[in-house]
Amino acid sequence: MNTADTAHSEGPSAFAQAAELELRGVSKRYAGQREPAIRDLSFTVPAGDVCVLVGPSGSGKTTTMRLINRMISIDGGDILLGGRSVLEREPRELRREIGYVIQQIGLFPHLSVAENIATVPSLLGWPKERTRARVRELIELIDLDPVEMDDRYPAQLSGGQRQRVGVARALAADPPLMLMDEPFGAIDPINRVRLQDEFLRLQDKVKKTVVFVTHDIDEAIKMGDRIAILREGGVLAQYDTPREILTHPADDFVAQFVGADRGLKRLALTTLAELELLEPDRPAADAAANGALSLPRDTSVRDAVSLMLTANGEPVRVLDGEGHVEGLVTLAVVEHLLADEAAAPPAPAADGSSPQIEPSSQGAR
Amino acid sequence: MGLDSPALAEHVVAAAEPVIPNYGAQSSSCVVHNHLFCTDWVSHNWGPVLWPALRGHILLALVAVSIGFVISLGLALVAHRYGWLERPTMIVTTILYTIPSLALFELLVAPVGPNVYSAEIALVSYTLLILFRNILTGLRSVPDEVLDAAEGMGMSRRQALLRVELPLALPSIIAGLRIAVVTIIALATIVYTIYNEGLGVPIHTALGEGPFKTELIVAGGLAILLALVADALLVLVQRLLTPWTRARAA
Amino acid sequence: MHEFVEAFRFIAHNGAIAGEPGLPTLTHLSLETLRVSAIGLAISIVIALPLGVWLGHLHRGSFAAINLGNIGRALPSLAVLAIGDAFFGLGLTVVEVALVVLAVPPIITNAYLGVDGVDRDLVDAARGMGMSGLQIVRRVELPLSVSPLFAGVRTAAVFVVSTTTIASLAGFSGTLGDVIANETSYHFSGVLGAAICVAALALAVDGLLTLLQRALTPRGLLLADRDHAAAPPAEAALAAPTS
Repeated sequence: MNTADTAHSEGPSAFAQAAELELRGVSKRYAGQREPAIRDLSFTVPAGDVCVLVGPSGSGKTTTMRLINRMISIDGGDILLGGRSVLEREPRELRREIGYVIQQIGLFPHLSVAENIATVPSLLGWPKERTRARVRELIELIDLDPVEMDDRYPAQLSGGQRQRVGVARALAADPPLMLMDEPFGAIDPINRVRLQDEFLRLQDKVKKTVVFVTHDIDEAIKMGDRIAILREGGVLAQYDTPREILTHPADDFVAQFVGADRGLKRLALTTLAELELLEPDRPAADAAANGALSLPRDTSVRDAVSLMLTANGEPVRVLDGEGHVEGLVTLAVVEHLLADEAAAPPAPAADGSSPQIEPSSQGAR
Repeated sequence: MGLDSPALAEHVVAAAEPVIPNYGAQSSSCVVHNHLFCTDWVSHNWGPVLWPALRGHILLALVAVSIGFVISLGLALVAHRYGWLERPTMIVTTILYTIPSLALFELLVAPVGPNVYSAEIALVSYTLLILFRNILTGLRSVPDEVLDAAEGMGMSRRQALLRVELPLALPSIIAGLRIAVVTIIALATIVYTIYNEGLGVPIHTALGEGPFKTELIVAGGLAILLALVADALLVLVQRLLTPWTRARAA
Repeated sequence: MHEFVEAFRFIAHNGAIAGEPGLPTLTHLSLETLRVSAIGLAISIVIALPLGVWLGHLHRGSFAAINLGNIGRALPSLAVLAIGDAFFGLGLTVVEVALVVLAVPPIITNAYLGVDGVDRDLVDAARGMGMSGLQIVRRVELPLSVSPLFAGVRTAAVFVVSTTTIASLAGFSGTLGDVIANETSYHFSGVLGAAICVAALALAVDGLLTLLQRALTPRGLLLADRDHAAAPPAEAALAAPTS
């Protein structure tokens, strides 16, 4: 796809560097409420990472997100974007540098798709040619046809298309940070998976710093480089990579929130290729000819376990790209993986996250 | 004066049959017998009588709707910002609207005088209720998430108003303009009672003579036509300015 | 200002002018205005309201209902009266016909939009409960469209009072318009006095109708509407006030 190259090329349409986002002791209390909505929240999102804010309703995840672009005022603490405090910036100027995607999208019904995407560049006073080129580039990036979309209106788009246009609109001025509040929440489950995959592909190309809010732990695990689990009252329960959270949940709340099947969830994060496979006991032969069970190496371990449970102890062959047997896998291999991980000390958490409690018996089962 | 002088001939004709106004030296049997529509009378009097009346009428209506729109827009924008203003504004404009035109004209003549100002003040008053209500409704109909997105993208209040709220309020605004324009064009036929302009003038003259059917029908018909044409024009304007309202799902 | 004082004196004297006996009193003229208006309004309501409600219930005939409203707005009442005069001479019947022609459009348009605009889900639920068409109209659609219906009736009422007054300009006598059209006899103070009476009359009729509307509005809706000026659909609602 040549658009990938355009995205990375030098020149005015190259994607700028993403910025690091740091929350330092942030707190927010609404007037008339006894408890603060956010209480002394601190964590850092490295530049180019997707940080997912997840938690039950009332945990303040959307509030936190809206504090970052100052749609809500900060009561205590500070938020630094690229090292600069957001409190020093003029709010409207700040927001033009932050991509903002909300659940209902909020596309302007009276503007065409192209005009919608061009909104922030136009607010920033970009020259027409540059804007036009940029809009074109973005429409292609989200897999739509620029010619068609030029005079299409939001009312004429499907829900999934509107979502993608919303994301493109947020990317238009090439902001160093993107805020996304349950962007796929209003989409049906089948299209939601598609949109999630597309977003991950996009993020691969553009590498923005993203703060992503969701109430769905599975979405958080899929989308996040790091996950911040918030408790009721805006308290940070754990801030870590998905793998760490699933392997070493910080406390009972987190363990319960990620679900009793976190072992399986954790397996979904690994593919067969990453396992220490057993040596094949027969010469590398065409697996299909023997009628044995086999799976490609990029299958998730979770799916593999699913298959293994029907194999009644038979090892499953792992195939490489050409269909040759690379190795064998059994349930025992998987158990070893989980046991090793659970026994290992928890990986050092990212800066400023909450202290890890030592791995309890909640490790591998 | 000789017997065959034009002046005398005029007197003779005038004395004979029902006196037909604005007629001039010649008579035709159509006019004299007061048929429904005498084309010769119309072509004769278009220049001196009908066209000036039409022109004056258009001017009256245009000025009234323009001023009314500016005032209503201001009031609506303020009421949009400070919601408590809506109630009192509605009450005042409703009262103005309810007073019958004839009465309002006369009430204004006392302080202002029988001139164009009274006429325009009255006409403007009748536009206020409709325009204020429609503009405010239009502004309020903008979906919340669209406003949230606009603010989140860094638009100032003024930018959001100009780029998002007002354009989205346009369908409602233009609907109000249509009603106001048609209303005022119809109302302006009464203006003649205090100020000698508009299509009411030939209607009044015609009523006093006979009544003179051709003039009645033509003047009245012109007022109706004017209103319908103005309405159609505004529909066209709305189509041009709001292309997105007709875009249906692909 | 002086004129207003004179006008109130005129009203206080019930329209009598020194030295000119035999002039009809203001009371008489006002009552006559009300009578003519009431007849016109009643006929218009009887014709237009059921028709508008029925069309709205069926969700048919929107083009007719709405464009009738547009055309009705465009008709200058003076022109209508004048044309009636030209063809038939100006008796009570002709005046009433003119009143009805002008009052029907706002009533029918607003009735149509009001009933048509009732939440379809509610009508669906009612049908699902086994209500017949007539029952749906009576129990669901009518109570929920009281506001737009009355908006149409109130507009028509103002129309009718105004046009009755204007009828004097066209030559129909007996109403308050007689005074307004006759400055020579009544002098400006008289004209002004009559104008004040007409204004008061129109506001009184509107006020009465508003009270009636409030009485007929179901309590649940009153609670919900408390913060709103009861606003009819923007598109059609108020047609021309007077013309």
